[in-house]
Amino acid sequence: MPMNPTRKRRLTIVVSILVAAAIAAVLVVLALQNNMNYLLTPSQVQSGEASSYTTFRLGGMVKAGSIQRSNDSLKVTFTVVDAGGAMPVEYTGILPDLFRDNQSVIATGHMDNAHFIATEVLAKHDETYMPKELKDAMAKAHADKKIEDAAAAQDNMPGTPRP
Amino acid sequence: MTPELGQLALILALLLALAQGILPLLGAWRGNRALMAVARPAAAGQAVFVAMAFGILVWAFVRFDFSVQYVADNSNLALPWYYRIAAVWGAHEGSLLLWIFILNVWTVALAAFSQKLPEVFASRVLAVMGLIAVGFLAFIIFTSNPFGRLLPMPGDGADLNPVLQDPGMTFHPPVLYTGYVGFSVAFAFAIAGLLGGELEQAWVRWARPWTNIAWAFLTCGIVAGSWWAYAELGWGGWWFWDPVENASFMPWLVGLGLIHAQAITEKRGSLRAWTILLSIFAFSLSLLGTFLVRSGVLTSVHAFASDPRRGIFILAFLTIVVGGSLLLYALRAPKVAGGKPFKVVSRETVLLIGNLMFAVAAAMVLLGTLFPLIGDALNLGRVSVGPPYFGFLFPLLMLPVVLLLPFGPFLRWGKGDTPVLKQVLLRAGIAAAACAIVAAFFVDGQLKAIAGVASLVWLSVGVLLYAIKRWREVPRGRRYPAEMAGMLLAHLGVGVFVAGVLLSESLSVTSDVRMAPGQTQHIGGYDFLFQGAHRTTGPNWRADQGVITVTRDSKAVAVMHPQKRTYLRGQVQTESAVDAGIFRDLYVALGEPMDANDIEGAWSLRLYYKPFIRWIWGGGLLMMLGGFVCAGDKRFRIKRAAKTETAAAGLQVEETHA
Repeated sequence: MPMNPTRKRRLTIVVSILVAAAIAAVLVVLALQNNMNYLLTPSQVQSGEASSYTTFRLGGMVKAGSIQRSNDSLKVTFTVVDAGGAMPVEYTGILPDLFRDNQSVIATGHMDNAHFIATEVLAKHDETYMPKELKDAMAKAHADKKIEDAAAAQDNMPGTPRP
Repeated sequence: MTPELGQLALILALLLALAQGILPLLGAWRGNRALMAVARPAAAGQAVFVAMAFGILVWAFVRFDFSVQYVADNSNLALPWYYRIAAVWGAHEGSLLLWIFILNVWTVALAAFSQKLPEVFASRVLAVMGLIAVGFLAFIIFTSNPFGRLLPMPGDGADLNPVLQDPGMTFHPPVLYTGYVGFSVAFAFAIAGLLGGELEQAWVRWARPWTNIAWAFLTCGIVAGSWWAYAELGWGGWWFWDPVENASFMPWLVGLGLIHAQAITEKRGSLRAWTILLSIFAFSLSLLGTFLVRSGVLTSVHAFASDPRRGIFILAFLTIVVGGSLLLYALRAPKVAGGKPFKVVSRETVLLIGNLMFAVAAAMVLLGTLFPLIGDALNLGRVSVGPPYFGFLFPLLMLPVVLLLPFGPFLRWGKGDTPVLKQVLLRAGIAAAACAIVAAFFVDGQLKAIAGVASLVWLSVGVLLYAIKRWREVPRGRRYPAEMAGMLLAHLGVGVFVAGVLLSESLSVTSDVRMAPGQTQHIGGYDFLFQGAHRTTGPNWRADQGVITVTRDSKAVAVMHPQKRTYLRGQVQTESAVDAGIFRDLYVALGEPMDANDIEGAWSLRLYYKPFIRWIWGGGLLMMLGGFVCAGDKRFRIKRAAKTETAAAGLQVEETHA
């Protein structure tokens, strides 16, 4: 059957939409693959779960008394712990407002031998807020770890839950 | 006793909302005018009771009534009165009450101004608004009562989240909600149109200013939020692709598509189905946004463990609204569709491409934002999508929009001519290229900055060319009607915004440093001298305050006082110091003392030099202004329709071609 102009136009439209959709899908998948961040706790890292990721997020509590500042730069080292593991972290820069002993934090970075080199450190936003995913990750790793009440985060503010 | 009155008022409001939601629909279906007439008084009554409840909650905050749990949780004796009022929307329950209050304001305005719409259509619109109110009132009454008592009454309350204790932030939620809720009008129109099986162009014309106003409010709210993040978070960033930001950005994108789609439908009658679909999505995403932010569901599906009723209610509500309206759409949209055909080169095509880009961008943001939930469901582990995902895809999607934007106004409806386009392309293109080359010398060849200058010139010359064309070709007095002026303003705003983003991102100088008192840092041509820090106090906080004097070529520029505040309950909040300027901001935030016991010694400091950052919000405000100005066009106000058949069957409004 010969194509009349209307059919031809419709076909062009449909084909171009399909092509555009395919390109969009490929781009989205690529962007997703490159930017997925996994959240792991120190014990998960130590059991080897981090080996397949170059960068990931490390979540846990700051071990009391582990924060060590350098005398002449912004370099700081501290240890992130969960109930079954500990991970030394190195970071150069300004720490968030609420960074202190026994605070839950999420650090983004990569492993360098047995150290975690952080490029970004986030702390929970106020004392009633704890990142839900961190809470879950820690609860999953250690069911017996005492963690703050879940209700608190429900009343968390609009605004960026950043440190 | 008073708080219980608030709860009673909410229950009465729910009953009236039920009447407003159900009876007029029945009336419109059966052609019963008495039932249809219920809509307006019921809406007014509901608004009175909701306003009462809202006022009672405000009163409880003003009076320090800590026997109310919500008041005790979000305020204390030291909190200044203005922040106590802001505390009304400081958490989940009060935010919902604010939402329903704003919905009632919109509904009353709708009821008052819709007298000239056909009775059947108007009563359906008001009924849909009533049904939305039913959902929210039921949610408040059954799961999130702000008037719950706390016994025994504590002597003092807790505190308002310190992030809200900022003048700009107190207005952010109400403005944002006004935008969210405003999309309910377009939604109600769409649903009423589907129910009736017809959507007159004249009705869409009448709906347009409402959508414009809602969108402009949403723009304002987002700009305020972005400004707040910049000033308060101490990171100097203006957008983080954070779930909470995305929640407001998705309805904004779809709303942006909607105001353009409505223009097509109103002027040409085409794309009715698409306009209806966007109306549904804009409101659904507004609902999603409201719930996402407050519920904490985003970072975990288990967030509802403490109160599963809320989660189930929200899921059910969203399912009914989204599922129900899409089902209705599938059944009725073909009946509503219609309109005039258009050629490939036409204003419709350009608007449609823009629409497609906005819709895809919204879908992209939705996917990225909900990815943690998807990852959870698929057992991928704790996974989230980083800002680079959005940062890569979003500019890509907006590129065609920026490139096509100058052509839009020049194209005619239906069939545009190409010569005029070549002219625009040539003039704006040459101007943009020339300015880009000149700019290249000033910005050390930074591509992003050059692109920023080029897009600014490209867009503003495009706007200017069209303004000149109108000036030449249209008689005085009719050159720039409000609709046209608003469009030009908003499009100019896009240029300013894009330039602000690209220039500030590429030319900013940021430095995290350790500084002892007396030390100087040289950044972006400015000398920052740290003079040490000292203690200071406010009404409900104490702070370490740094003093930094900034000089340029030995001339004093500013004295800056960044603070690190500690509020009553121990929450710490950074108050950065900003020296604002049209072409550059200087920005200083306190990090922490190097020795926690010696605040007068060395500190870590963030020092930023941010050129053109203000243009980002300036562009946003121009877009907002454009939205408001557009809405003020006289054309949108319905004159008494030439012929209003009020017989129950076959209501048709003569199309008034203004």
